[in-house]
Amino acid sequence: MSYALLFDVTKCIGCRACQVACKEYNRLPLDDQRDRRYPKETWDKQAPLTANTWLRINAHLVEKNGRVEWRFVRHSCFHCQYPACESACFAHAFYKTPEGPVLYHAYRCVGCRYCMLACPFGIPKYQWSEVFPEVRKCIMCYKRVNQGAPPACVGACPTGAITFGDRDAMLREAHRRIEESPERYINYVYGEKEVGGTSLFYVSDVPFEKLGLPTIERGEIGTEPIPHITHKVLKWTLPIAFTWGAVLTALYFATRQKGEEEH
Amino acid sequence: MAKAAAYGGSWAHDYDDIFERKWSFRMTPWRAIGLAIVGVMLFAAIYRLLFGLGAATNLNDRWPWGLWIGFDVLTGVALAGGGFTTCFLVHVLHIKDWKPIARATALTSLIGYLLVLGGLFLDIGRWYNFWRPFLVYAGSWHSVLFEVFWCVSLYTMVQLLEFGHVVFERVKSPGFKRFFDAILVPMYIFGIILPTLHQSSLGSLYLVAVNRLDPLWWSILIPVFFLLSAVFVGPAMATVEGALAATAYRREFELDVLQSFVRVSAVVMSVYLLLKGIDLVYRGQIGHLFDGSFTSNMFLLEIVGGVIIPLIMYLSPSVRRSKAGLITASALVVAGVIFNRFNVVFTGMAKWANFHYFPSWMELSVSIGLVTLGILAYCFVVENFPVLYDEHRHQYVPVR
Ligand code: SF4
Ligand code: SF4
Repeated sequence: MSYALLFDVTKCIGCRACQVACKEYNRLPLDDQRDRRYPKETWDKQAPLTANTWLRINAHLVEKNGRVEWRFVRHSCFHCQYPACESACFAHAFYKTPEGPVLYHAYRCVGCRYCMLACPFGIPKYQWSEVFPEVRKCIMCYKRVNQGAPPACVGACPTGAITFGDRDAMLREAHRRIEESPERYINYVYGEKEVGGTSLFYVSDVPFEKLGLPTIERGEIGTEPIPHITHKVLKWTLPIAFTWGAVLTALYFATRQKGEEEH
Repeated sequence: MAKAAAYGGSWAHDYDDIFERKWSFRMTPWRAIGLAIVGVMLFAAIYRLLFGLGAATNLNDRWPWGLWIGFDVLTGVALAGGGFTTCFLVHVLHIKDWKPIARATALTSLIGYLLVLGGLFLDIGRWYNFWRPFLVYAGSWHSVLFEVFWCVSLYTMVQLLEFGHVVFERVKSPGFKRFFDAILVPMYIFGIILPTLHQSSLGSLYLVAVNRLDPLWWSILIPVFFLLSAVFVGPAMATVEGALAATAYRREFELDVLQSFVRVSAVVMSVYLLLKGIDLVYRGQIGHLFDGSFTSNMFLLEIVGGVIIPLIMYLSPSVRRSKAGLITASALVVAGVIFNRFNVVFTGMAKWANFHYFPSWMELSVSIGLVTLGILAYCFVVENFPVLYDEHRHQYVPVR
């Protein structure tokens, strides 16, 4: 059974109870606010994730029907169906579980940070203050999910903006909400097509590009799973190695002159 | 000669005699400065290993890869590309004209790769785990980095084994000599397959940055571009080194060999340019190319200054046959390839990263220190082993 989360932008009031619950449940310490390595939180409280902040609610001012309004958006790992982080890792530290969460074996990690470059959403973050840092991100509270319980953030939400359940059911629920009140929602489920599908969906009443999410429309993200793109090239490795080896050997013997010694 | 025969006749010359039976590393003021730079690097390296990447570098979550990957690894491997190009032409195609410079390029390549491995080791956050990717976990082969890691490590090994042939021309140990001579041909072949794979894969690393790396550089063909540029920078790099070695050791600059050698670059550069053009048109990026943005200007600078101008210079026989023209064009090619790798790592990713990064002094000192160490190592080897060829005496000669 594969689980997913559904975030409804229209329901989020920006209380950040989920953010607190995440910190508490996962025992994540504060970030050192003096560290210049992290961009300063903006006045409207937008900031990127960090190794100690796996979930953030960022606030965005958007214009809607001639009025300026607040919208609050969840930022956390999307637990992609075809995770770029997993395919990028040369020690296979990241892996997709059958339950949906994308997890990380710290013991295998070499610390090359290629996963950070690979993630289309820029999710994995590094423990820069550690001598032997780990790459960290949301783990969809795997221990809870594994027993069928929703992640900590879900239970904390007072408005039901974040819901949890079977992935197919969540996708159906997203489409049902849009169909039921087409005047309220934009007709798009974010996360359904992005990089081949994710396990975190969004429905919203304002366009997604205004919410700090990379959109297909603006060419900031694709629909093709990233591992498939690399596979298109990587699959040639062995054929090229063998053909090239054979060609080189043939050329070597064809051009060698009699009695010639190698030196 | 008689002595050589006594060792089974496998030496054409007794190089220990030619090198006056002495191991030497002449100290000069420049070299003392070089050693001091290496000393600073060692300090920075040890500091980094003890206190972590965060303490030593200015890397951050938006710039997980910085100077060490961009310069020490990506640029380092590209500039060492002369080794496999020359190996292919001289040892596989048996083109004799360029044989005199084969050992020097092989040596630079070997030193280059050793430094790359050093740089890579410093760059990985959990360095005690560096061997981990050698274990093949189910799924780890889906990673481009996995291929790069294996190929670069194996190729460094192969190059060390290849170089045994040179070392034991001087160090007398008939058993080793026979062993290294026997494995030479397979090593040549592996020593071309492996870099062909990883030179291109270094480009493939950035395939994952689709929609984020600027489309002037991101292309499904990026592996081909990385490979071609590593090939055409080879002869140019050999020329630059030849010029440096000629000045440093007051030798004759091998103008004849090199000016004919760079014709290989000219051919490959033409193919590169053509493919780049087709690729940009195909992906509809021509508008972006001339939109006057910082990115497009950097791209134009790279292509015009680093490919088109030197290509024209190489193609004009009078420029190519003049020492100044040849060296200038080659320096442009080398600079162009460095510029290209930096553009991929920094310029092309800057918009997405949306945050500042400038290397710390420790990052800079490690990069500078590695290059210095490479130069010193090169000097030591050419002064003590048969690497540089004398066309008049038809043998490798000591330089001091
Ligand atoms: S969002 Fe990024 S970190 Fe999360 S699973 Fe997808 S690729 Fe991996
Ligand atoms: S930093 Fe660790 S988890 Fe990320 S790709 Fe490298 S080895 Fe894998």
